[in-house]
Amino acid sequence: MSAVVQDPQLMAVNPPLVQGATDLHDLTDQISSVVEAKVYETPLKYWITLMITGSVVLLLGAMLTYLVNTGIGVWGNNRPIGWAWDITNFVFWIGIGHAGTLISAILFLFRQKWRTSINRSAEAMTLFAVMCAGIFPLFHTGRPWRAFYWLFPIPNTDLNIWQNFRSPLIWDVFAVSTYFTVSLLFWYTGLVPDLASLRDRATSKIRQVVFAILSLGWRGSARHWRHYEQAYLILAGISTPLVLSVHSVVSFDFATSVIPGWHTTIFPPYFVAGAIFSGFACVMTLLLIARWTLNLQNLITIKHLDNMNKIILVTGSVVGYAYCTEFFIAWYSGDIYERFTFLNRAFGPYWWAAWAMYSCNVFIPQLYWSKKMRTNLWVMFIISITTNIGMWFERFVIIATSLTRDFLPSSWGYYSPTWVDICTFIGTIGLFLTLFLLFARFLPMIAMSEVKGVAAIEKHSFAGQVEGSPSHR
Amino acid sequence: MAAIFPKASDIILKVLGAVIGLGAVATIGAYTYLSYPTVIDTGYQPEQPVAYSHKLHAGQLGMNCFYCHYTAYRGAYAAIPGTEICMGCHQKVKDKSPRLEMVRQSYETGEPIPWKKIHVMPDYVYFNHRAHVTAGVSCVSCHGRIDQMVEVHQEKPLNMAMCLACHRDPAPNVRPAELVTQLDWVPDRDPRVIGEEIIAQKHLHPPTNCSGCHR
Amino acid sequence: MSLVNITLKNTPAATPAPVTGPEYWRSLDQLADTPEFRTWVEREFPDDAAAVLDGNSRRTMLKIMAASFGLAGLAACSRPEYRLAPQARGREDYIPGAAYNYTSVFSLGGHASGLVVQTYEGRPSKIEGNPDHPASLGAATALAQASLLSVYDPDRSKAVLDGGKQSTWEKFEAAVKGLSLGDGSGLRFLSGTVISPTLDSLRAEALKKWPKAKWVEYESIGRDNERAGAMLAFGQAVNVHPQFDKAKVILSLDYDFLGADYPTPLATKLFSKNRHVDSEEDLEKISRLYVVESQFSLTGANAEHRLRMQGGEVQKFAADLVAALSAAPAGNDKRGKFLAALAKDLKAAGKDALVVAGPRQPAIVHALAHQINQTLGVATVTYTKAASSDRVDSGVDALKTLTGEMTGGQVTTLIILGGNPAFTAPADLQFGAALAKVANSIHLGAEDDETAAAAKWHLPEAHYLEAWGDAQSTDGVVAIQQPMIEPIFGGKSAIEVMAVLLDSKDRKGLDLVKNFWTAQWPAATKENTWRKTLNDGVIAGTQTAEVKVSVDSKRIQAMPAPAANGIEVGFVPSATTWDGRFANNAWMQEAPDPITKLVWTNVALISPAMGREKGWKDGDMVALTRANLKLEAAVMVQPGHADNAVTIALGYGRPRSGSVGTNVGYNAGLIRTSDSFWFGQGFAIAATGAKEILANTQEHGSMEEPQLVAGIKPNKRPLVRETTIEEYKKNSKAIEEMNEVPELDSVYPQLKWEGLQWGMAIDLGACTGCNACVVACQAENNVPSVGKDQVLRGREMHWIRMDRYYVGSVDDPRAVEQPIPCMQCENAPCENVCPVQATTHSPEGLNDMAYNRCVGTRYCANNCPFKVRHFNFLDWHKNFLERRRIEPELMQMVYNPDVTVRMRGIMEKCTYCVQRIQEARIATKTDNRREFTGEGVVTACQQTCPADAISFGNINDPNSKVAKLKKQERNYAMLAELDVRPRTTYLGRLRNPNPELEAS
Repeated sequence: MSAVVQDPQLMAVNPPLVQGATDLHDLTDQISSVVEAKVYETPLKYWITLMITGSVVLLLGAMLTYLVNTGIGVWGNNRPIGWAWDITNFVFWIGIGHAGTLISAILFLFRQKWRTSINRSAEAMTLFAVMCAGIFPLFHTGRPWRAFYWLFPIPNTDLNIWQNFRSPLIWDVFAVSTYFTVSLLFWYTGLVPDLASLRDRATSKIRQVVFAILSLGWRGSARHWRHYEQAYLILAGISTPLVLSVHSVVSFDFATSVIPGWHTTIFPPYFVAGAIFSGFACVMTLLLIARWTLNLQNLITIKHLDNMNKIILVTGSVVGYAYCTEFFIAWYSGDIYERFTFLNRAFGPYWWAAWAMYSCNVFIPQLYWSKKMRTNLWVMFIISITTNIGMWFERFVIIATSLTRDFLPSSWGYYSPTWVDICTFIGTIGLFLTLFLLFARFLPMIAMSEVKGVAAIEKHSFAGQVEGSPSHR
Repeated sequence: MAAIFPKASDIILKVLGAVIGLGAVATIGAYTYLSYPTVIDTGYQPEQPVAYSHKLHAGQLGMNCFYCHYTAYRGAYAAIPGTEICMGCHQKVKDKSPRLEMVRQSYETGEPIPWKKIHVMPDYVYFNHRAHVTAGVSCVSCHGRIDQMVEVHQEKPLNMAMCLACHRDPAPNVRPAELVTQLDWVPDRDPRVIGEEIIAQKHLHPPTNCSGCHR
Repeated sequence: MSLVNITLKNTPAATPAPVTGPEYWRSLDQLADTPEFRTWVEREFPDDAAAVLDGNSRRTMLKIMAASFGLAGLAACSRPEYRLAPQARGREDYIPGAAYNYTSVFSLGGHASGLVVQTYEGRPSKIEGNPDHPASLGAATALAQASLLSVYDPDRSKAVLDGGKQSTWEKFEAAVKGLSLGDGSGLRFLSGTVISPTLDSLRAEALKKWPKAKWVEYESIGRDNERAGAMLAFGQAVNVHPQFDKAKVILSLDYDFLGADYPTPLATKLFSKNRHVDSEEDLEKISRLYVVESQFSLTGANAEHRLRMQGGEVQKFAADLVAALSAAPAGNDKRGKFLAALAKDLKAAGKDALVVAGPRQPAIVHALAHQINQTLGVATVTYTKAASSDRVDSGVDALKTLTGEMTGGQVTTLIILGGNPAFTAPADLQFGAALAKVANSIHLGAEDDETAAAAKWHLPEAHYLEAWGDAQSTDGVVAIQQPMIEPIFGGKSAIEVMAVLLDSKDRKGLDLVKNFWTAQWPAATKENTWRKTLNDGVIAGTQTAEVKVSVDSKRIQAMPAPAANGIEVGFVPSATTWDGRFANNAWMQEAPDPITKLVWTNVALISPAMGREKGWKDGDMVALTRANLKLEAAVMVQPGHADNAVTIALGYGRPRSGSVGTNVGYNAGLIRTSDSFWFGQGFAIAATGAKEILANTQEHGSMEEPQLVAGIKPNKRPLVRETTIEEYKKNSKAIEEMNEVPELDSVYPQLKWEGLQWGMAIDLGACTGCNACVVACQAENNVPSVGKDQVLRGREMHWIRMDRYYVGSVDDPRAVEQPIPCMQCENAPCENVCPVQATTHSPEGLNDMAYNRCVGTRYCANNCPFKVRHFNFLDWHKNFLERRRIEPELMQMVYNPDVTVRMRGIMEKCTYCVQRIQEARIATKTDNRREFTGEGVVTACQQTCPADAISFGNINDPNSKVAKLKKQERNYAMLAELDVRPRTTYLGRLRNPNPELEAS
């Protein structure tokens, strides 16, 4: 294969998205090596980490069993705060999920090539996040053994009654399950060509068979590629509206209610922006870790990270704008309950939560106006963490503080979590990380087929036709 | 490179898929079907401590249901009659019969006869016999032809769907109140018409909202 | 299916309901031995200890399965075998599952209130007031209703104890025969105030039989001062009957007659009578209430004008008032102004004025009150002759003499008929120690309590719903106390024990009572009169005639008022545990105090000024000490409390009670002495540094928002609306114009609500906030108690709650009370958010709640603007009992079988007593075959309300009371601006303040 020609001027204005690899084979090697490594070849720290996160998953299991056997009373929820950490975590995780779809679908449709080296892991993250989210709507109910099948419209000649389709919770059921299904298909479709190349590289019989089955008999023929392209495009088309719809529907849980602080018309866009915001932050965190631990510097370049930071800056500012609007409306509407709710949010018993959210989500990301900050790994790592914290607090603030002090002062209350609340949340984080670690070890974390299309060597290579990169048509 | 699977594996795959798919559907179907009261509750026929034949008493002897179950038109529960009701007759009739030993004993000691309950409503359902019987809903509508059963068994599913069906369209099940215990009653004209007349005249509008039956 | 756990509906047909209450079970234990009962219990209470093995573990297993694989549906497959146990021989016309009502009477603190008790299968399950009884007039107090729960209290004393060791009634009777009482010189009786004519006759017999014996009556919370005051003023024993309904201007001298100081609903009934405004004229009827008191009482909360002062200063105030009536008083401070205006107002009112003094005030204050009434020539108080006997001493001094004799060894035999003197007697008497000195001490008591521990013999006392008896109210009317159930633990009543002592031929309560009364009736009509009496609940023609009395002012003159020096400690009856006899009653423990809203404890109440000065916050522990007496208690800052004074309620901190009431709260008795029985000076108070967490059902006590940001004025929320009569006359729209936000109209077409439509109107003008409705609802709807720890988490379950808001300055506010049931909104926010349609609207406007459909997302509760929905966070019924190691079996017998007992994980709320609605509907349609138009439905809260503040009915029927009230201009809907259209609306409160004082 021909060597890479480095044109200084070109490099200056438009650095290649993927560097380092001398040729496409190297790329494949580099990515596959992680997957193909023998157990002992994988660094020990990986296995240790996996064990730790795994045990946290067990913790989650224990908490849920205890919850179901004893009752919601083991949590801190009370009257008036009927929803607290449970739904907060639900919305939080769903939000995390959004980056995946956005990166894979929308950026794909916009031909944003830089997405290629991050979309795979972002999509995987989406799936895992939605799994974590899914736990809460079921287990926050008082009688999950009933909710399990009464929340789904299963025909029942026994009772002759249906769900209440006016209830946003039912919309949630549909929104979230659709979202999960589509994301799964999308992710898997993108995975097929890579699974095929893993199959072809496989040395042991078992690996061959397994990957053969997984790759659905992919042979990389032009016909395959054509179908693949179409499928991918269609799925991208389908999931694009989902990015907007899912979190809009989730926000309806609150927007359609009468509680001041919930009953707000700007919630859908506000929630979607917030979701993308938190999603990108989460992707950022994971990518940086992967980049360090798995030495993917030349696949996940500063360019990628810079672009993502720009999006974080934008969405963060949108969220900030939403906060301002809420306060303005609270004052402008003249509704005394609305007004008090927002005063109470910022200066009431939960002031600390509110200000944590304002600073993490609005103030800190403003650093990204400077390129220095956008390209400094440490800065972006810390900000990605604070953003996630901030976004969790946003959900908590919206849900809990609005409920603590609503209409009748006589029924005001205060919420504080129990150890079960805390362990359950930690448990879901454990689940998320475990799944991600498994993914990073056993599946190609980076879309080889796609990344090749944008490799620094593209301009001079026929590899495109040979390997059939999707970006060559 | 060499193919990993033989040619046939495509078919195998398809077949496998089909089997799994159908299997799943079948299991869900079976589970749903079997868990309906229609299936699991009807036909329940425990053996009673005393071999009492409704066929004989209600059927051949033609005793009115209310002779024993007199609370059915006066209270919420159509209670099982006390031993003294049995003894009302059986002090004279078959007063030596060994099959009535337990009855006589119960009458002397005052220890109730431990009958087994057949028609069981869930505890959160408040069914009022008095309301239904006086409205003109016959025993047969829920209990079937008891007068033809030697040993009573549950004939109807008695599930919410059944209640709702009748509450939404009561006419076919409403008859003149004095005929409710005539299990073999054959209407001379369309029962629906009869029912509608009675409903209009008694201002019957059976509730279909939750608190009608759940309190 | 089997996952819906404890519910209670089909009760066993094993039990004939009695015509007049008697023979039902010989004893629970005996019945519990029969297999029928067992199977029934298993079928009814899958959760009780007996059925744990199959019932519980199966459910647990399933839940785990459900959690992991969601296979809960499998539960449908298990079909448990149910048994039916028809009564072998019973009453022909008896209908199992139907409610039977019997009359009875409840005696407390020398007062009697007639009851109607509802029973299922012979189990008393609900207590209402007897409309024919002069002291209850159809209402029942919270205490009277909660006394029902005590019937099934498993901690009640179960066996005769001889020196702490288990014994039997036979052994006891033998022992009694062995007693050599001789002329009775060593014999003493100790009882509460005897208002039972039968017992009184037995007492007379006993005193005749033992000429040297003495009988002492002692009530920790009694009417001794009232009696003494009458003696002092009139020179003879009379009962005083204030006619609160006839008075225009009322002055209460430290008399909480709307609250704990008056153990029957009568006072509230009368007082609230002329606070119902249905027409222009009614505006003139509204009385004006002045209250002078130390602690912020319920009466104080309902007062137009309230002057706070130490309990000891009230006497001086009364004396000054006497003077002020003749000569205008000096002084320009608040007290002076108050006194002047009050005197003027009283004189102006003349015969329509009324001055009453509280039972905690000494005789002299009562006498002064009588004197003022006489000077004003009031026509608002009547007097009847009170029985008195020289062989019977009553009051704390009598008890003091008795304990003296006991320690002195003159007493060889002491018979304690009921009560718990070892706990309630003043600390300085050392009653417990004295009791130990008595050779033969016999204690008849409901609990194995402090007294039982010190007495030689302890006899289990039958609950008043288990035993025959009678009681005479202060106006002489006698009611028969009918039992509803055989003594569950085989107890005996006071009269039965007396019969044993006197070795009389009648030993059964029925014979004693029946013979005593029928003997006085013409032989021919005996049976009929008896039956009629049992039916009416009162004996016709037992009313005592009024007497004319006049004050002998000479005797009143020279009475030195106690000098005020330093901190005064006052003792008040507890609104929840009374003198401690309800300490083991979970319903009362969890009924919030009407003013402080505390549950599961009492506290030392101090004024905000004192709190600021000492820097004490709610829950700080303080030590109250005087001489060698010491009490450590948590303080709570009570707005409107008198300065330099501490008030603490009696009846808490029982060292030896049941599993519910032991060591709950602080035992005020530790510092209560015979010389400062109700209040006393010279206490030292100091913080101990410790802190206690107080469980409070209402954290924010004002309709005003807290000041969060300086410069932004907090809004006042128009929840409880009130205005003065003057204002209302000027602008009758004043109340409805208080909406902060203009009412919004829905863009959607509104539903038409035709035909029978339920609605409720609550008159805030009449409501006094007495808590009766809260307990009534708890009893009617099987509302669980959750315990202190859960209340702290904000999980109390009361379907109707009593909100209390302070109005005005922290130091001297007024207070308003507001009962909050479910509003049954027409546009109910809870309904459209429920994903499974567990809560939907009925065509009659009820916001139905289908428990068995609910999955417990709590979304409805979040979306309820009034926060009236309550979630079963845990399996309360089980959880609460189990944590106290109580067998649920017994306690669950109190449940109303017509209401589902909710399992954990589901939502519940007020249903407008839908079970009563359905009952009435079925009755109307089956009995007389006609359209049901909503007549005859009375909700539990409405039925028991002593102020008749709650009206309920068909709002589409123009003749119904509720429809009329809702037409009034002072009718308003809370949060109307949300357009939720509540069916429960409120009638604004109209106050009648004295213009001269309103300014200040």
